[in-house]
Amino acid sequence: MRVELVKRKEHSRKMALLSPLIAVGLTAIAAGFIFSISGHNPLFGLYKFFIEPLTQEWSLNATIAKATPLILIACGLSVCYLSNNWNIGAEGQFVVGALFGSALPILMPDFESAATLPLMMAFGAIGGALWALIPALLKTRFNTNEILTSLMLVYVASLLLDYLVRGPWRDPGGYNFPESALFSDAATLSTVPGTSLSYAAPITLIVAVVLAVVLGKTIKGFEIRVMGESPRAGSFAGFSAKKLTLFSFAIAGGLAGLAGTMEVSGALNQLLPTISPGYGFTAIIVAFLGRLNPFGIIVAGFVLALSYIGGEAVQSAMGVSNKIASVIQGLLLFFVLACDTLILYRIRFVGRRGSAGEVSHV
Amino acid sequence: MFEAVLLTVITAATPLLIAAIGELVVERSGVLNLGVEGMMIMGAVVGFAVANQTGSGTLGVFAAIAAGMAMSALFGFLVLVLVTNQVATGLALTILGVGFSGLIGEAFIGIPGLKLPDLYIPVLSDIPFFGPVFFQQDALVYVSFALVIAVAYFLFRTRLGLVLRSVGDNHVSAHALGYSVIRIRFAAVLFGGACAGLAGAYMSLAYTPQWVENMTAGRGWIALALVVFSSWLPLRVVIGAYLFGAVSVLNLHAQAVELDIPSQLLSSLPYLATILVLVLISANRRLTLVNTPACLGKPFVPDR
Amino acid sequence: MKSLLKATVAAVAFAAAGSAANAADVKACFIYVGPVGDFGWSYQHDQGRLDAEKHFGDKLETAYLESVPEGPDAERAIERFAREGCNVIFTTSFGYMNPTIKVAKKFPDVKFEHATGYKTADNVATYNSKFHQGRYIIGQIAAKQSESGVAGYIASFPIPEVVSGINAFLLGAQSVNPDFKLKVVWVNSWFDPGKEADAAKALIDQGADVITQHTDSTAPLQVAQERGAHGFGQASDMIQFAPEAQYTAIIDDWGPYYIERIQEVMDGTWEPKSTWAGLAEGHVVMAPYTNLPDDVVAMAKETEAKIAGGWEPFTGPITKQDGSVAAEDGVALDDGAILGMNWYVQGIDDKLPQ
Repeated sequence: MRVELVKRKEHSRKMALLSPLIAVGLTAIAAGFIFSISGHNPLFGLYKFFIEPLTQEWSLNATIAKATPLILIACGLSVCYLSNNWNIGAEGQFVVGALFGSALPILMPDFESAATLPLMMAFGAIGGALWALIPALLKTRFNTNEILTSLMLVYVASLLLDYLVRGPWRDPGGYNFPESALFSDAATLSTVPGTSLSYAAPITLIVAVVLAVVLGKTIKGFEIRVMGESPRAGSFAGFSAKKLTLFSFAIAGGLAGLAGTMEVSGALNQLLPTISPGYGFTAIIVAFLGRLNPFGIIVAGFVLALSYIGGEAVQSAMGVSNKIASVIQGLLLFFVLACDTLILYRIRFVGRRGSAGEVSHV
Repeated sequence: MFEAVLLTVITAATPLLIAAIGELVVERSGVLNLGVEGMMIMGAVVGFAVANQTGSGTLGVFAAIAAGMAMSALFGFLVLVLVTNQVATGLALTILGVGFSGLIGEAFIGIPGLKLPDLYIPVLSDIPFFGPVFFQQDALVYVSFALVIAVAYFLFRTRLGLVLRSVGDNHVSAHALGYSVIRIRFAAVLFGGACAGLAGAYMSLAYTPQWVENMTAGRGWIALALVVFSSWLPLRVVIGAYLFGAVSVLNLHAQAVELDIPSQLLSSLPYLATILVLVLISANRRLTLVNTPACLGKPFVPDR
Repeated sequence: MKSLLKATVAAVAFAAAGSAANAADVKACFIYVGPVGDFGWSYQHDQGRLDAEKHFGDKLETAYLESVPEGPDAERAIERFAREGCNVIFTTSFGYMNPTIKVAKKFPDVKFEHATGYKTADNVATYNSKFHQGRYIIGQIAAKQSESGVAGYIASFPIPEVVSGINAFLLGAQSVNPDFKLKVVWVNSWFDPGKEADAAKALIDQGADVITQHTDSTAPLQVAQERGAHGFGQASDMIQFAPEAQYTAIIDDWGPYYIERIQEVMDGTWEPKSTWAGLAEGHVVMAPYTNLPDDVVAMAKETEAKIAGGWEPFTGPITKQDGSVAAEDGVALDDGAILGMNWYVQGIDDKLPQ
């Protein structure tokens, strides 16, 4: 028996909505399976993992707080991926953006005014964009593969942060421990009054909405999508692949840098040797899970943040390994990718005797 | 002392070499598998686990190869049969591999491991300096060189190798000539998985005989870079692997000699060097155009 | 179908049981920065937790979270424990300091214990161990045993705790051999077996025949074993990894401290304080001395007794690397000077990364 793919005449709308649900369902089944193999009650595990975090206010807030940087970075990445620019270095852009953004409160701690935060965020975005432009320029000028260069720069960025936090930017009053001085209140991203969420959340939401508008309703958005699907058609229309590469990397780097600055200023209040538990890489999953669409990314970011919180919940309540979270994330991505095939293709099972043995269409 | 440094470079370069040569074959057939890191680390944990449970290093190595192939089979199914996006699927493979290996490996943390014994060749191994360096390595070092020679011979001197390269350069024509593009690519992907698994086994059975979460520490990504660095030519992979191994080892020696350079700068040298080399290689357009498999990363669906 | 039904019933029962009061008097919770199986820092903390469980039996319930990254994730993990009924929460890494303080403010009835930090509050205590005492002893052993007169030190990060460890090691070595040399390599990680192994090889290649480390894996000792060199285990007894190479190890024994503090929580006598104890209190323990001649073992045990009796290894005369005097003859450095140490003792061929 052979599996055959028959291209659909147009993308199946029904499947576009169903496939992520099927994927989540399959992931839940696989997760339950893993729970029971490791000797734990599968239903209890699934409840603790997926559902319980949503039932309490503090865990819901924690989930939103964790989802925010993921969504922001993924929005930027989606612009890159839609235009066939494979930016894998968002993690490094996050870090360098945070460094640029933290420069103001660390080097000029007495500069406390209403302008501090906006300046920090602007610097952060610029810093991230600059770091992202390195692999972009290498691609446009030397044709160097951007996957590898952007990835290598992640390591370099982490080492740069490490050097600064242990050396020149170390807190003079901190007993030589590798951390910068705590930021002043003027440099700390505060919470939205009435909630315990930082301003990062509404800012991210606004960015996502703006991006959706740009992608869907403007020429730029059209350009991004066309150049991704058919560069030749795009070049006939006058779009430049090189300029688009620079643009998309700059946007992605800028948003990642902004996310980094907001995280350091809001959640951490200082620079530490590690400021990201892998946001830049997880955001790649979020981008694909959200099918490179800002609203999908919001949902996907939330689901992925949920998987982190859920992972801690099962660890704490059931003694399940904390690796379960990353296994479930990997499985989710796999199933989403596999199920997405159903949107573009129809699966046909062909029997041994060829067309005489056709069995089923999906 | 130079001899000792050379020995360390060899151990650092070998896993890179093995993983890269496997991925080279995969990319020559037109498929981009970014999941090398995930396959390597699964190889490392399975190899260690089996060696530990059975007491046999050889069985561990074979189990690691099988694990790498299983992971790559999953990748192959998604990318070749279901035609999913190769970049995303490769990344998913890495994430899954790293997470899954951590899960499996939990039972094996903190246990002293089996180390693959060094081969001892009478007379030859006793030659001062050259002896230990060339004739007294563990078996996998010799396997790595044998692999490179075998792959070079296969790709450029056999008919099947020619077919594989043509599939990578122009899958439409290859298909029109009657070759099964999917099957050839699947076989290449499996070979890449086997190599990645073997490289992982080297990490946990020879390099540092123990299991530690995330012990491959990004070597799979370096192996991917080495394939580009080598312009998809097998013999150049050796140069790349040894160059990279040397730069990473020298960083530590430089510190022991007390050069007054920040250690973070020294640690970043391998990565900066990789970027520099990639730029130089790709800037030479003629070299790149001639050797890059033209259909690398492009999905193929036989139209009916 | 039946098993699905059973599972559902079990799940409901579990959930119900979880919310009911537990039989134990006290719930103690632990947050680890690394995996419990690292056989180093986090492993030893978990051994302490297990010691406490054994000691208190049914009266104590424990829980732990491992590999929790420092930062907002840590804050969330600590808060989760505070909400899940933990009476005392042990946060075992320096980087958890600010998150611990933040959460402690929100939960005044929960007790917090932060390891290796310096900020306390009404419900936050800190604790640490005088590892440098052990370093002095192994420094003496190294100087006695080394034939080349050079030791290799694999260091993680230039924080005071690590620097004071290096200094104590050299002072111990100099007390036996004033010309003893020390080479230091910084691997910029607490736990990276590959790098640690490479660092050990580099140091041995450069002439060191005794290796010591302030990183958590067993890799350096394994390299020493392979190459015929010797060394010392870190945080736990690593003899099984290097049966011929390990002389002894500095073991972090947190059990006594955890038992003491949990008992205080049970009795209601818990007070926020800063604990910094060593050999005398049993927080630092030397692993059995192996692969050593009797006279060296005797010397080591004698020094152990001396330190346990109150003698401070950092007692003058101590000269800094820049030539200035750190302590006069017979004068001991005070706690603050040791906890904030950012200078080298004379005799180290290295410059502190500033």
